[in-house]
Amino acid sequence: MAKRILQIVESAYRGTLEEQDDTVVWLTHAMKGAGAELSLLLQGHAVNYAVRQQDASGLSFGDRRQTQPPRIHEDLARLVDKGVAVHLVREDLEERGIDAEELIPGARPIAFAELPRLCAEHDLVWRW
Amino acid sequence: MAQYLLIESRDPLSDADAARFQELAARLARAGNEVTFFLVQNGVFPARRGARREQLARLAGHGIQVLADDFSLRERGIAEDRLAPGVEAAPLSVVIDLMESGSRALWH
Amino acid sequence: MTGKRTLTFVLMDPPYENARTTTALRLVDIAVRRGHDVNVFAYEGAVYVPFARQAPHPNAVHGRDVEQEDHPNPKDWVSAILQEAGRRGAKVDWVQCGLCVDERGAAECIPGLRRGSPADLVAFVASSDNALVIPTR
Repeated sequence: MAKRILQIVESAYRGTLEEQDDTVVWLTHAMKGAGAELSLLLQGHAVNYAVRQQDASGLSFGDRRQTQPPRIHEDLARLVDKGVAVHLVREDLEERGIDAEELIPGARPIAFAELPRLCAEHDLVWRW
Repeated sequence: MAQYLLIESRDPLSDADAARFQELAARLARAGNEVTFFLVQNGVFPARRGARREQLARLAGHGIQVLADDFSLRERGIAEDRLAPGVEAAPLSVVIDLMESGSRALWH
Repeated sequence: MTGKRTLTFVLMDPPYENARTTTALRLVDIAVRRGHDVNVFAYEGAVYVPFARQAPHPNAVHGRDVEQEDHPNPKDWVSAILQEAGRRGAKVDWVQCGLCVDERGAAECIPGLRRGSPADLVAFVASSDNALVIPTR
Protein backbone atom coordinates (compact mmCIF):
# COMPACT_ATOMS: atom_id res chain seq x y z
CA MET A 1 0.00 0.00 0.00
CA ALA A 2 1.28 3.48 -0.84
CA LYS A 3 2.56 5.52 2.07
CA ARG A 4 0.08 8.20 3.10
CA ILE A 5 1.56 11.68 3.20
CA LEU A 6 0.18 14.62 5.16
CA GLN A 7 1.35 17.87 3.57
CA ILE A 8 1.23 20.73 6.08
CA VAL A 9 1.43 24.05 4.26
CA GLU A 10 2.06 27.20 6.27
CA SER A 11 4.10 29.38 3.93
CA ALA A 12 1.70 31.38 1.76
CA TYR A 13 1.89 33.79 -1.19
CA ARG A 14 5.61 33.13 -1.50
CA GLY A 15 6.60 33.44 -5.14
CA THR A 16 3.06 32.56 -6.22
CA LEU A 17 2.88 35.37 -8.77
CA GLU A 18 6.18 34.37 -10.42
CA GLU A 19 5.29 30.71 -10.33
CA GLN A 20 1.63 31.26 -11.25
CA ASP A 21 0.87 28.61 -8.64
CA ASP A 22 1.51 27.78 -5.05
CA THR A 23 4.32 25.32 -5.66
CA VAL A 24 3.31 22.94 -2.88
CA VAL A 25 -0.35 22.84 -3.92
CA TRP A 26 0.95 22.26 -7.45
CA LEU A 27 3.29 19.52 -6.24
CA THR A 28 0.40 17.88 -4.41
CA HIS A 29 -1.55 17.74 -7.68
CA ALA A 30 1.44 16.32 -9.54
CA MET A 31 2.19 13.71 -6.88
CA LYS A 32 -1.48 12.67 -6.75
CA GLY A 33 -1.39 12.22 -10.48
CA ALA A 34 1.69 10.03 -10.09
CA GLY A 35 -0.12 7.79 -7.63
CA ALA A 36 0.69 9.25 -4.24
CA GLU A 37 -1.79 9.16 -1.36
CA LEU A 38 -1.91 12.65 0.11
CA SER A 39 -3.84 14.92 2.42
CA LEU A 40 -3.34 18.64 2.75
CA LEU A 41 -3.47 20.70 5.92
CA LEU A 42 -3.32 24.47 5.56
CA GLN A 43 -2.35 26.54 8.57
CA GLY A 44 -1.22 30.05 9.32
CA HIS A 45 -1.66 32.41 6.38
CA ALA A 46 -2.08 29.43 4.06
CA VAL A 47 -5.67 28.98 5.29
CA ASN A 48 -6.41 32.03 3.15
CA TYR A 49 -5.77 29.90 0.07
CA ALA A 50 -9.26 28.44 0.55
CA VAL A 51 -10.97 31.83 0.26
CA ARG A 52 -13.08 31.92 -2.91
CA GLN A 53 -12.78 35.60 -3.77
CA GLN A 54 -9.02 35.69 -4.42
CA ASP A 55 -8.10 37.52 -7.63
CA ALA A 56 -4.46 37.97 -8.59
CA SER A 57 -5.13 39.05 -12.17
CA GLY A 58 -3.86 42.21 -13.82
CA LEU A 59 -0.13 42.12 -13.12
CA SER A 60 1.94 43.71 -15.87
CA PHE A 61 5.49 45.01 -16.41
CA GLY A 62 5.94 47.31 -19.35
CA ASP A 63 3.85 45.77 -22.09
CA ARG A 64 4.18 42.29 -20.67
CA ARG A 65 0.94 41.20 -19.00
CA GLN A 66 0.49 38.12 -16.87
CA THR A 67 -2.16 36.03 -18.62
CA GLN A 68 -2.24 33.07 -16.22
CA PRO A 69 -2.39 34.44 -12.69
CA PRO A 70 -2.47 31.94 -9.84
CA ARG A 71 -5.96 30.72 -8.94
CA ILE A 72 -5.04 28.83 -5.83
CA HIS A 73 -8.56 28.43 -4.44
CA GLU A 74 -9.53 26.71 -7.71
CA ASP A 75 -6.48 24.46 -7.46
CA LEU A 76 -7.58 23.47 -3.96
CA ALA A 77 -11.12 22.81 -5.17
CA ARG A 78 -9.71 20.50 -7.85
CA LEU A 79 -7.73 18.64 -5.19
CA VAL A 80 -10.98 18.13 -3.30
CA ASP A 81 -12.55 16.82 -6.52
CA LYS A 82 -9.63 14.39 -6.88
CA GLY A 83 -10.33 13.01 -3.43
CA VAL A 84 -7.56 14.78 -1.56
CA ALA A 85 -8.68 15.85 1.90
CA VAL A 86 -8.03 19.57 2.35
CA HIS A 87 -8.03 20.59 6.02
CA LEU A 88 -7.81 24.11 7.42
CA VAL A 89 -6.80 24.98 10.98
CA ARG A 90 -9.95 26.55 12.42
CA GLU A 91 -8.12 28.82 14.88
CA ASP A 92 -6.15 30.33 12.00
CA LEU A 93 -9.35 31.03 10.07
CA GLU A 94 -10.85 32.72 13.11
CA GLU A 95 -7.70 34.73 13.81
CA ARG A 96 -7.90 36.09 10.27
CA GLY A 97 -11.62 36.78 10.41
CA ILE A 98 -12.40 34.32 7.63
CA ASP A 99 -16.02 33.14 7.70
CA ALA A 100 -17.07 29.67 6.64
CA GLU A 101 -19.16 30.98 3.74
CA GLU A 102 -16.05 32.53 2.19
CA LEU A 103 -14.41 29.13 1.75
CA ILE A 104 -14.37 26.74 -1.17
CA PRO A 105 -16.78 23.81 -0.78
CA GLY A 106 -15.20 20.67 0.60
CA ALA A 107 -12.46 22.30 2.64
CA ARG A 108 -12.61 20.95 6.20
CA PRO A 109 -11.88 23.23 9.16
CA ILE A 110 -10.36 21.30 12.04
CA ALA A 111 -9.18 22.35 15.47
CA PHE A 112 -5.41 22.51 16.02
CA ALA A 113 -5.99 20.01 18.83
CA GLU A 114 -6.85 17.41 16.18
CA LEU A 115 -3.38 17.51 14.61
CA PRO A 116 -1.97 14.55 16.56
CA ARG A 117 -4.85 12.42 15.29
CA LEU A 118 -4.31 13.64 11.74
CA CYS A 119 -0.58 12.98 11.95
CA ALA A 120 -1.25 9.47 13.26
CA GLU A 121 -3.37 8.72 10.20
CA HIS A 122 -0.40 9.29 7.88
CA ASP A 123 2.93 7.54 7.39
CA LEU A 124 4.86 10.72 6.58
CA VAL A 125 4.15 14.26 7.77
CA TRP A 126 5.82 16.93 5.65
CA ARG A 127 5.88 20.59 6.66
CA TRP A 128 6.25 23.12 3.85
CA MET B 1 2.28 5.04 19.77
CA ALA B 2 4.67 6.66 17.32
CA GLN B 3 7.97 8.52 17.35
CA TYR B 4 8.10 12.11 16.15
CA LEU B 5 11.13 14.26 15.41
CA LEU B 6 10.35 17.98 15.26
CA ILE B 7 13.30 19.96 13.95
CA GLU B 8 13.11 23.64 14.87
CA SER B 9 15.36 25.91 12.84
CA ARG B 10 13.52 29.14 13.77
CA ASP B 11 13.05 30.84 17.11
CA PRO B 12 10.16 32.51 18.95
CA LEU B 13 12.17 35.71 19.36
CA SER B 14 11.83 36.43 15.66
CA ASP B 15 9.14 34.07 14.47
CA ALA B 16 5.62 33.88 15.85
CA ASP B 17 5.06 30.47 14.23
CA ALA B 18 7.69 28.87 16.42
CA ALA B 19 5.30 28.85 19.37
CA ARG B 20 2.77 26.92 17.29
CA PHE B 21 5.41 24.30 16.46
CA GLN B 22 6.19 23.90 20.16
CA GLU B 23 2.47 23.53 20.82
CA LEU B 24 2.32 20.73 18.25
CA ALA B 25 5.19 18.98 20.00
CA ALA B 26 3.39 19.24 23.34
CA ARG B 27 0.13 17.93 21.89
CA LEU B 28 1.87 14.98 20.23
CA ALA B 29 3.53 14.13 23.53
CA ARG B 30 0.26 14.42 25.48
CA ALA B 31 -1.26 12.04 22.93
CA GLY B 32 1.25 9.46 24.09
CA ASN B 33 3.84 9.74 21.33
CA GLU B 34 7.60 9.80 21.87
CA VAL B 35 8.71 13.26 20.77
CA THR B 36 12.16 14.71 20.18
CA PHE B 37 12.44 18.48 19.65
CA PHE B 38 15.72 19.19 17.90
CA LEU B 39 16.95 22.78 17.72
CA VAL B 40 19.23 23.79 14.88
CA GLN B 41 20.47 27.04 13.31
CA ASN B 42 18.83 30.09 14.93
CA GLY B 43 16.45 27.69 16.62
CA VAL B 44 19.10 27.25 19.33
CA PHE B 45 18.83 30.87 20.55
CA PRO B 46 16.13 30.14 23.15
CA ALA B 47 18.35 27.35 24.50
CA ARG B 48 20.68 29.84 26.17
CA ARG B 49 19.87 29.94 29.87
CA GLY B 50 18.38 33.31 30.68
CA ALA B 51 16.95 33.90 27.20
CA ARG B 52 13.76 35.82 27.66
CA ARG B 53 11.43 33.17 26.36
CA GLU B 54 12.42 29.95 28.01
CA GLN B 55 9.48 27.83 26.94
CA LEU B 56 11.77 24.93 26.19
CA ALA B 57 11.71 23.81 29.83
CA ARG B 58 7.93 23.41 29.45
CA LEU B 59 8.47 21.01 26.56
CA ALA B 60 10.83 18.96 28.70
CA GLY B 61 8.06 18.90 31.31
CA HIS B 62 5.88 17.06 28.79
CA GLY B 63 8.50 14.33 28.58
CA ILE B 64 9.85 15.68 25.30
CA GLN B 65 13.56 15.27 24.70
CA VAL B 66 14.85 18.74 23.78
CA LEU B 67 18.18 18.68 22.00
CA ALA B 68 20.28 21.45 20.44
CA ASP B 69 22.70 20.94 17.57
CA ASP B 70 26.16 21.25 19.07
CA PHE B 71 27.55 22.91 15.93
CA SER B 72 24.81 25.57 15.92
CA LEU B 73 25.46 26.24 19.62
CA ARG B 74 29.20 26.58 19.11
CA GLU B 75 28.66 28.76 16.03
CA ARG B 76 26.72 31.17 18.25
CA GLY B 77 29.04 30.98 21.26
CA ILE B 78 26.48 29.24 23.47
CA ALA B 79 28.47 27.04 25.82
CA GLU B 80 26.98 23.68 26.73
CA ASP B 81 27.12 24.55 30.41
CA ARG B 82 24.93 27.61 29.74
CA LEU B 83 21.96 25.78 28.35
CA ALA B 84 18.45 26.25 29.69
CA PRO B 85 17.12 23.52 31.97
CA GLY B 86 15.86 20.55 30.04
CA VAL B 87 17.99 21.19 26.94
CA GLU B 88 20.95 19.02 25.99
CA ALA B 89 23.53 19.55 23.29
CA ALA B 90 23.59 16.80 20.68
CA PRO B 91 25.22 16.11 17.34
CA LEU B 92 23.16 16.55 14.17
CA SER B 93 23.60 12.83 13.60
CA VAL B 94 20.77 12.30 16.09
CA VAL B 95 18.43 13.40 13.30
CA ILE B 96 19.70 10.54 11.16
CA ASP B 97 19.45 8.15 14.13
CA LEU B 98 15.79 9.04 14.55
CA MET B 99 15.04 8.87 10.83
CA GLU B 100 16.65 5.42 10.81
CA SER B 101 14.37 4.30 13.61
CA GLY B 102 11.27 5.51 11.78
CA SER B 103 10.42 8.80 13.47
CA ARG B 104 8.00 10.95 11.53
CA ALA B 105 10.26 13.94 10.85
CA LEU B 106 8.96 17.48 10.49
CA TRP B 107 11.01 20.63 9.95
CA HIS B 108 10.05 24.15 10.94
CA MET C 1 24.78 -1.43 14.30
CA THR C 2 21.93 -0.10 12.16
CA GLY C 3 21.40 -1.77 8.80
CA LYS C 4 21.52 0.07 5.49
CA ARG C 5 18.62 2.43 4.98
CA THR C 6 17.30 4.52 2.13
CA LEU C 7 16.56 8.09 3.21
CA THR C 8 15.02 10.86 1.13
CA PHE C 9 15.55 14.58 1.59
CA VAL C 10 13.56 17.27 -0.20
CA LEU C 11 15.36 20.60 -0.49
CA MET C 12 13.89 23.91 -1.59
CA ASP C 13 16.37 26.67 -0.87
CA PRO C 14 18.98 28.14 -3.19
CA PRO C 15 22.47 28.38 -1.74
CA TYR C 16 23.80 31.37 0.17
CA GLU C 17 20.43 32.82 1.21
CA ASN C 18 19.96 31.08 4.56
CA ALA C 19 21.38 28.32 6.77
CA ARG C 20 19.07 25.55 5.61
CA THR C 21 21.19 24.57 2.63
CA THR C 22 24.20 23.89 4.80
CA THR C 23 22.20 21.91 7.37
CA ALA C 24 20.59 19.88 4.59
CA LEU C 25 23.98 18.97 3.13
CA ARG C 26 25.25 18.12 6.63
CA LEU C 27 22.40 15.64 6.99
CA VAL C 28 23.01 14.10 3.57
CA ASP C 29 26.72 13.83 4.38
CA ILE C 30 26.04 12.08 7.69
CA ALA C 31 23.67 9.62 6.02
CA VAL C 32 26.20 8.88 3.27
CA ARG C 33 29.02 8.39 5.78
CA ARG C 34 26.87 5.75 7.45
CA GLY C 35 26.60 3.97 4.12
CA HIS C 36 22.92 4.70 3.62
CA ASP C 37 21.47 5.24 0.17
CA VAL C 38 20.20 8.79 -0.12
CA ASN C 39 17.69 10.32 -2.47
CA VAL C 40 17.61 14.08 -2.87
CA PHE C 41 14.75 15.85 -4.60
CA ALA C 42 15.92 19.38 -5.33
CA TYR C 43 12.82 21.52 -5.71
CA GLU C 44 12.56 25.19 -6.59
CA GLY C 45 15.64 27.21 -5.67
CA ALA C 46 17.51 24.14 -4.50
CA VAL C 47 18.24 23.31 -8.15
CA TYR C 48 20.93 25.99 -7.84
CA VAL C 49 22.77 24.12 -5.09
CA PRO C 50 24.75 22.00 -7.61
CA PHE C 51 24.84 24.71 -10.32
CA ALA C 52 28.01 24.13 -12.33
CA ARG C 53 28.82 27.81 -12.91
CA GLN C 54 29.39 28.69 -9.25
CA ALA C 55 32.89 30.08 -8.89
CA PRO C 56 35.12 30.96 -5.92
CA HIS C 57 36.33 34.50 -5.37
CA PRO C 58 38.97 36.37 -3.36
CA ASN C 59 38.10 38.34 -0.25
CA ALA C 60 39.65 41.79 -0.22
CA VAL C 61 38.06 42.68 3.11
CA HIS C 62 40.10 39.89 4.70
CA GLY C 63 43.07 40.34 2.40
CA ARG C 64 42.76 36.85 0.99
CA ASP C 65 43.29 35.81 -2.60
CA VAL C 66 41.14 33.17 -4.26
CA GLU C 67 43.29 30.34 -3.05
CA GLN C 68 43.53 31.63 0.50
CA GLU C 69 39.83 32.38 0.74
CA ASP C 70 39.05 28.84 -0.36
CA HIS C 71 35.47 29.99 -0.73
CA PRO C 72 33.03 27.12 -0.47
CA ASN C 73 30.84 26.69 -3.48
CA PRO C 74 27.98 24.35 -2.58
CA LYS C 75 28.42 22.50 -5.86
CA ASP C 76 31.80 21.36 -4.54
CA TRP C 77 30.21 20.16 -1.33
CA VAL C 78 27.72 18.15 -3.38
CA SER C 79 30.53 16.70 -5.51
CA ALA C 80 32.43 15.75 -2.37
CA ILE C 81 29.37 14.01 -0.96
CA LEU C 82 28.93 12.04 -4.18
CA GLN C 83 32.57 10.98 -4.05
CA GLU C 84 32.24 9.97 -0.39
CA ALA C 85 29.18 7.93 -1.30
CA GLY C 86 31.22 6.11 -3.91
CA ARG C 87 33.89 5.28 -1.34
CA ARG C 88 31.32 4.00 1.17
CA GLY C 89 29.21 1.96 -1.21
CA ALA C 90 26.28 4.33 -0.76
CA LYS C 91 24.12 5.47 -3.65
CA VAL C 92 23.07 9.08 -3.97
CA ASP C 93 20.22 9.67 -6.41
CA TRP C 94 19.99 13.47 -6.71
CA VAL C 95 17.07 14.60 -8.86
CA GLN C 96 16.73 18.16 -10.05
CA CYS C 97 13.06 19.08 -10.54
CA GLY C 98 12.94 19.72 -14.27
CA LEU C 99 10.41 22.52 -14.39
CA CYS C 100 12.23 24.30 -11.56
CA VAL C 101 15.45 23.96 -13.57
CA ASP C 102 13.81 25.36 -16.70
CA GLU C 103 12.23 28.41 -15.13
CA ARG C 104 15.49 29.30 -13.36
CA GLY C 105 17.84 28.54 -16.25
CA ALA C 106 19.74 26.18 -13.97
CA ALA C 107 20.31 23.33 -16.41
CA GLU C 108 24.08 23.30 -16.01
CA CYS C 109 24.76 21.22 -12.95
CA ILE C 110 27.66 19.08 -11.80
CA PRO C 111 27.91 15.53 -13.14
CA GLY C 112 26.23 12.68 -11.32
CA LEU C 113 22.79 14.23 -10.94
CA ARG C 114 19.71 13.80 -13.07
CA ARG C 115 16.71 15.79 -14.18
CA GLY C 116 13.36 14.55 -12.96
CA SER C 117 9.83 15.35 -11.90
CA PRO C 118 7.38 14.90 -9.02
CA ALA C 119 6.96 11.31 -10.19
CA ASP C 120 10.51 10.73 -8.99
CA LEU C 121 9.59 12.07 -5.57
CA VAL C 122 6.66 9.68 -5.46
CA ALA C 123 9.02 6.85 -6.37
CA PHE C 124 11.46 8.00 -3.68
CA VAL C 125 8.71 7.90 -1.06
CA ALA C 126 7.79 4.38 -2.10
CA SER C 127 11.36 3.11 -1.90
CA SER C 128 12.57 5.03 1.18
CA ASP C 129 12.58 4.09 4.79
CA ASN C 130 12.01 7.72 5.72
CA ALA C 131 11.79 11.14 4.13
CA LEU C 132 12.33 14.68 5.41
CA VAL C 133 11.21 17.88 3.70
CA ILE C 134 13.37 20.91 4.50
CA PRO C 135 11.05 23.71 3.44
CA THR C 136 11.88 27.24 2.52
CA ARG C 137 10.55 30.15 4.52
